[in-house]
Amino acid sequence: MVEFVDITLLLLLGITAFSILRQKNLFAAVMMAGIYSLLSAGLFVVMDAVDVAFTEAAVGAGISTILMLGTLALVGHSEHQPQHRPILPLFVVILTGAVLVYGTLDIPPFGDASNPVHHHVAPHYLEESEHEIGIPNVVTSVLASYRGYDTMGETTVIFAALVGVLLLLSLGPRPRRIVSNGQRITGTDSEKPVSEEEVKEAQEDTLQVSPEEKTLGDTNG
Amino acid sequence: MDDRVILRVGAKILIPFILVFALYVQFHGDYGPGGGFQAGVIFAAGFVLYALIYGLENVKKVLPPQAVYICSALGVLLFAGVGYVTMALGGEFLNYGVLAHDPEHGQHYGILLVELGVLITVFGVMVAVFYAFAGRGRVDT
Repeated sequence: MVEFVDITLLLLLGITAFSILRQKNLFAAVMMAGIYSLLSAGLFVVMDAVDVAFTEAAVGAGISTILMLGTLALVGHSEHQPQHRPILPLFVVILTGAVLVYGTLDIPPFGDASNPVHHHVAPHYLEESEHEIGIPNVVTSVLASYRGYDTMGETTVIFAALVGVLLLLSLGPRPRRIVSNGQRITGTDSEKPVSEEEVKEAQEDTLQVSPEEKTLGDTNG
Repeated sequence: MDDRVILRVGAKILIPFILVFALYVQFHGDYGPGGGFQAGVIFAAGFVLYALIYGLENVKKVLPPQAVYICSALGVLLFAGVGYVTMALGGEFLNYGVLAHDPEHGQHYGILLVELGVLITVFGVMVAVFYAFAGRGRVDT
């Protein structure tokens, strides 16, 4: 029965991955990627990694699908025809894949009790965290207490990612907007000199989202 | 979206449950799967759903961009702050045992605060990134 679930999930995962590759419609590809994440979450549950599965379902299938849809609203739904021949990228990908598969040959067998990972700090965490930390979920104990430094680093990385996104998206020319008096302005790089008041007014206008602006919510229509 | 009654009413019913479920995931993380990261993402998902159904300008009235920027920095500060408090109380950085007389209780408080920091940062970052993408206007294709 367990093998049946494993094989079904893995088969569906493979089919989904292949159809993402073949898919020319980016909207469909994003939805398939969400399904791929959900199937991965199912696989993690089978492997008893419920916390990882939870994260995969929430982030992979939830938020990142939304962000990808937000990106699609900016760049359009259809894939451009590739300008180059696929031979070289295909060769690079196959080579990288082969190296990665070769790398897995050195990995100790999955789930084996004699694996090094089970003989370093893991036994201490499993046996002592009940007395040292006193909470039943060992994952939380390891994450927040034993490995507090790492989790703090991860939180900082998430924060740094936001700083990066905000910097990237606020650079470059702003999208053109038409202000109320019908005059077309650009936020930062207007060609003719404008007075300071006009610039300020324009910036305020770009910062505030006007009701008729097309937002992500309208793209579902 | 004015004519989509089922979506509007459905979202209105769902959003409070999503937010409460996020808090459940947060504070039940000690006993079951979950924790600050997952809770932050789910909490953010509630606001994203609101934005998708009712529009970006409406969710920005509830949760201004400035507030989410402050949130995303506040969580990291709370996390690191707990570390400095434990140092001030004579322990190592992020050694929660010194936060209470009983080291086990100290660990509980420390994990609670630290997970709260993770929740606040993840929530802030997810909503802020969504604002950044969704508010960028649209290139017509």
